[in-house]
Amino acid sequence: MTDLSVNVAGVAFHNPLIAASGTFGFGREYAEFYPLSTLGGISCKGITLQERPGNPPPRIAETPSGMLNAVGLQNPGVDHFIREDLPWLREQGTRIIANIAGNTPEDYCAMAEKLNDTDVDMIELNISCPNVKQGGVQFGTTTEGVSGITGAVRRVCKKPLMVKLSPNVSDIGEMALAAEAAGADAISLINTLTGMRIDIRTRRPIIRNNTGGLSGPAVFPVAVRMVWQAASKVKIPVVGLGGIATWQDAVEMLMAGATALQIGTVLFTDPMAPVKILKGLENFLQEQGIEHVSELTGTVRPW
Amino acid sequence: MKYQVENGVLLHAAALTGDVYDFVIKAPGIAKKAQPGQFVHVAVPGKTLRRPISLCGFNAEEGTLRLVFQVRGEGTAILATLQEGATLDLLGPLGHGFPAPKEGQKALYVGGGIGVPPLLQASKAAGENALVCLGFRTASAVILQQDFEQNGATVYLATDDGSLGHHGFAADCAKDLSFDVAYACGPTPMLRAVRDLAKEKGVPCYLSLEERMACGVGACLGCATPLIREDGTKYFGHVCKDGPVFEAGSVDL
Repeated sequence: MTDLSVNVAGVAFHNPLIAASGTFGFGREYAEFYPLSTLGGISCKGITLQERPGNPPPRIAETPSGMLNAVGLQNPGVDHFIREDLPWLREQGTRIIANIAGNTPEDYCAMAEKLNDTDVDMIELNISCPNVKQGGVQFGTTTEGVSGITGAVRRVCKKPLMVKLSPNVSDIGEMALAAEAAGADAISLINTLTGMRIDIRTRRPIIRNNTGGLSGPAVFPVAVRMVWQAASKVKIPVVGLGGIATWQDAVEMLMAGATALQIGTVLFTDPMAPVKILKGLENFLQEQGIEHVSELTGTVRPW
Repeated sequence: MKYQVENGVLLHAAALTGDVYDFVIKAPGIAKKAQPGQFVHVAVPGKTLRRPISLCGFNAEEGTLRLVFQVRGEGTAILATLQEGATLDLLGPLGHGFPAPKEGQKALYVGGGIGVPPLLQASKAAGENALVCLGFRTASAVILQQDFEQNGATVYLATDDGSLGHHGFAADCAKDLSFDVAYACGPTPMLRAVRDLAKEKGVPCYLSLEERMACGVGACLGCATPLIREDGTKYFGHVCKDGPVFEAGSVDL
């Protein structure tokens, strides 16, 4: 009998597959495909202190083996999330991660304080959104930024705190260390890579925001490399994401050093992907005679 | 479970013009639930994103869907190469369709180019009370005229170059018609014209919009479109979940 359960920063997930923030809304749409308890957890759409309208369209462009998006954190605000979405999410039999983004450290702290009094399982600090003018990635691309915002939130946050790292940096290991030193209980990576596409007829960028975040299978090798580098630097658990589309990708990401996984863009290709990935992962564990999925974590044998 | 992924089988594939294709697909699960104006999200082999294609027709008894689509880019070009017997991974039916006209109402349908197909199934509901104004670039681009006529509709044609029918816009053909409700799908200037005409006549109007789309179900917030609340304030709604058919007054065109 295989055991898919994992533990990230003291939070028990019944399997390692978590829906990635921004791809899954607040769960209601995908609950029309399968029970949300299919997933180990859900990282909710990034929320901000106040409601945000998001960026004007077009927000989406397809790319080779992936896509760009610049949604711009459209969300109804933290209070609405706590009042309208969280009670329903809580009943779905899966772990709930609140992904928070802000313009200032004060914004992040105010949200963390509001969430202290709720029953969310974990907070994911979004310091890596490339699609908003203020906040987000500005905190995520220097060690000082990562350290400052993580430390500030840590001081007020009573929930397990996961910091979502940006790949748009030259040394991911340094960022991981900065998050750990400032009190993060876990890190998740990678957020999207900043990209751009141009319509050659109009000479306009396809995305109205000009640039967007690249995701999907195109970024998977970058994500594996960064997870491997980050996991080799820190002792806290690493949640791996970025382009996971198959069960083989899931296994690879675990071997690179991930304790748990997030999946996102593949849901757009195939909403049923979580079911297929979990089935494949379970079969692989059986075939390999591995009892517990966590035995795969970090087992890559580098040359 | 409201949504489903269904493997459809391509029963019939034909080219209507040089770049517009006509597929009949066996997909009984989706056909049973479909409403006019809804769409299916079609997986494209080798592509990350599905392609949203409005239903041109469906037949619940036969369990079939009809999709008429134009080759616009790489994805639709791949779809166009599929042969009869091929499997299509379909997600649907998605979104809100066209509300049916009331019994005996004269209904106006205005379509432009590849905006024409979604109106075919919708206009069936009006039977002989359907007034259909269709606009195309040129005579050789005209599609589905006979299909509308077979349903009993009166069809008015317009072409940009005057090679067939009225030389000008499809909405021009509607100016002197009398109708109780209007529906449109096509380029934005056409949608504006139909919205304005319906407003002038004081009749309800419904528009089908499109936008670059990812999830198709309202989760990713990719296919944003500016909408207007009743109090006049604006916000971004989403074509996949709030639409693709919107009441004309709610859309900020």
